[in-house]
Amino acid sequence: MKPREVIRIAWEAIIKNTIRSILTMLGVIIGVAAVIIMIAISAGTEATIQDQITSLGSNLVFLRSSFSRGGPGQQGPSGGLVFDDATAIAEGVNGVKAVVVEQGSTQSIKVGNVTLDDLSILGSTPDFPSVRDMDIAQGRYFTQSEVDRTQKVVVLGYSLAQELFGETDPIGQTVTVGTLKMIVIGVLDEKGLVGDIDYDARLYMPIKVVFQKFTNSRFARFRGDRVRLIYVELEEDVELEDVILQIQLLISKRHELPLEEADFTVTTQQDIISTQESTTAAFRSLLAWVAGVSLIVGGIGIMNIMLVSVTERTREIGIRQSVGATPEDIRMQFLTEALLLSIFGGLIGIMVGIGGAYIFGAASGMRTVVVPSSILLAFFSAAIVGVFFGYYPANKAAQLDPIEALRYE
Amino acid sequence: MAKQSIIETVDITKVYGMGDISVAALAGVSIQIYSGEFVAIMGPSGSGKSTLLHILGCLSRPTKGKYILDGENVSHLDKRQLASIRNRKLGFIFQSYNLLPRTSALGNVTLPLLYDRNQEHKMDEMEEKALVMLELVGLADRTHHQPQELSGGQQQRVAIARALVNDPVMIIADEPTGNLDSNSGEEIMALLHKLHKNGVTIVMVTHDPEIAAHTQRIILLRDGLVEQVVKNGKKKRRR
Repeated sequence: MKPREVIRIAWEAIIKNTIRSILTMLGVIIGVAAVIIMIAISAGTEATIQDQITSLGSNLVFLRSSFSRGGPGQQGPSGGLVFDDATAIAEGVNGVKAVVVEQGSTQSIKVGNVTLDDLSILGSTPDFPSVRDMDIAQGRYFTQSEVDRTQKVVVLGYSLAQELFGETDPIGQTVTVGTLKMIVIGVLDEKGLVGDIDYDARLYMPIKVVFQKFTNSRFARFRGDRVRLIYVELEEDVELEDVILQIQLLISKRHELPLEEADFTVTTQQDIISTQESTTAAFRSLLAWVAGVSLIVGGIGIMNIMLVSVTERTREIGIRQSVGATPEDIRMQFLTEALLLSIFGGLIGIMVGIGGAYIFGAASGMRTVVVPSSILLAFFSAAIVGVFFGYYPANKAAQLDPIEALRYE
Repeated sequence: MAKQSIIETVDITKVYGMGDISVAALAGVSIQIYSGEFVAIMGPSGSGKSTLLHILGCLSRPTKGKYILDGENVSHLDKRQLASIRNRKLGFIFQSYNLLPRTSALGNVTLPLLYDRNQEHKMDEMEEKALVMLELVGLADRTHHQPQELSGGQQQRVAIARALVNDPVMIIADEPTGNLDSNSGEEIMALLHKLHKNGVTIVMVTHDPEIAAHTQRIILLRDGLVEQVVKNGKKKRRR
């Protein structure tokens, strides 16, 4: 029989059993749509994370205390990074544009009768907004002299300002942080989530205020104020490796430790990006597996309904055999039917998937990016699933005994 | 005129099951049917007449023995080759018509031509041929009706048109009037007579002696063996 005839007969069988055909396709439609939507979600998440990382600012190097020679409470000669290390880097390393130090704490804050417990406060230096690529929405950030003189001034994150003051102008208002009354001098612009940190829900103040009032320790008296993190922004065209080495040598020397026993680690932005990339790649492949499983479930649906279809049409198969259809003819007919069903299911699934990705993106506020290769992947998977799961029922039909088939009621 | 043999079976047996529980449906049947003959196969139920018809119709193979159809030994052909024989040489008429549901009369009659591997038919050629057959059975005005829109007699006539469309050497009819009232049954028998007069070879299984009396020769089966061959309504002992 000509391929055209085979397709025509298969097509007629599909049309004549509309409901059954739609039910059969449903599994494939859902499977294909799931593949496309899930890949769109993971690609969207990936793109968002990428944007966030780049929005941290460019050309950044991060120094973290690692306490390799003792616990964080150790009071020996080596206890990680201190505030003066930052000053030393700013003055003693070539190719450094700016150095920012961060020291965090958690305090309750109070404005009028509103109290917020466990709020993240962040002590930093004046370069913080420029290095972290943050804009001032209102007022100003604090200055070096305010840091040096431990002025009790605060800058609010965007959503924090909304929460505390609403429509009222926050500039000049008083905020009680812990037991300390401080004046609001500025509000940062919206930044959103970076990783899992919400920059908009924080409170920013001069780092020396944090040292003195919130993280004061005996350690600080003879070693300087300990800091968790130092950001170093580099000049545009410098050798990254070179600057990192300079920093490592300088700090090691200051801490009187050999380089191999350094009590800090250096991370570049590229390191963070690659870590994130590997995490999102894992996320993506997980989603792809989930979607793949749903496609297989769709395939099993095809097999199920094709088996029912073969049983239901036993008499038809017998009639075709009696007028001369060979086992190959019958097998080809049912395989073609399965293939057509999965191709149509696949096409509908693509439309549902693309539409679903946009609707999901719009409804959830998550970014979704429909990846063209995922469409091809989903479509060809659907076709392969159709042939694979159509084969068993088709073969069963082909093996029917004509006499039994004709007798079937 | 030398009679050309269409069917020749030599000691055909058909055994169902295996070992101790096997049952011989045919215990050695040798018959001969000639071109242009109209033959009935009769016998009580369990006599093996259906089994014999299935073997003659190439729907199954004999366990032992030789079956020569139109000069070709088909005893050992595989499923695929048997399908091809059915397609090229045989036409079937069943008791329950066996038309494809939700398919027009024309579509049903065209069906055998679709499975013809030896000739590439164009769709309009096939339909033209099917139309000629439908005219022959008197259904020129029912070509686009589906089986459920036709009476039993009309459905059986569509089945006869389908059996004729591939120019078979023989028509195999299994109780062709079994599901019909006597009027329609007579119409169908008249049609078969007409075909016979035009030279078509017909082998018919029936349990109805009146229907069998329409034929030239009756082969009587009992317990898987040929009991009698009755010619022109007169009985004669075979041995």
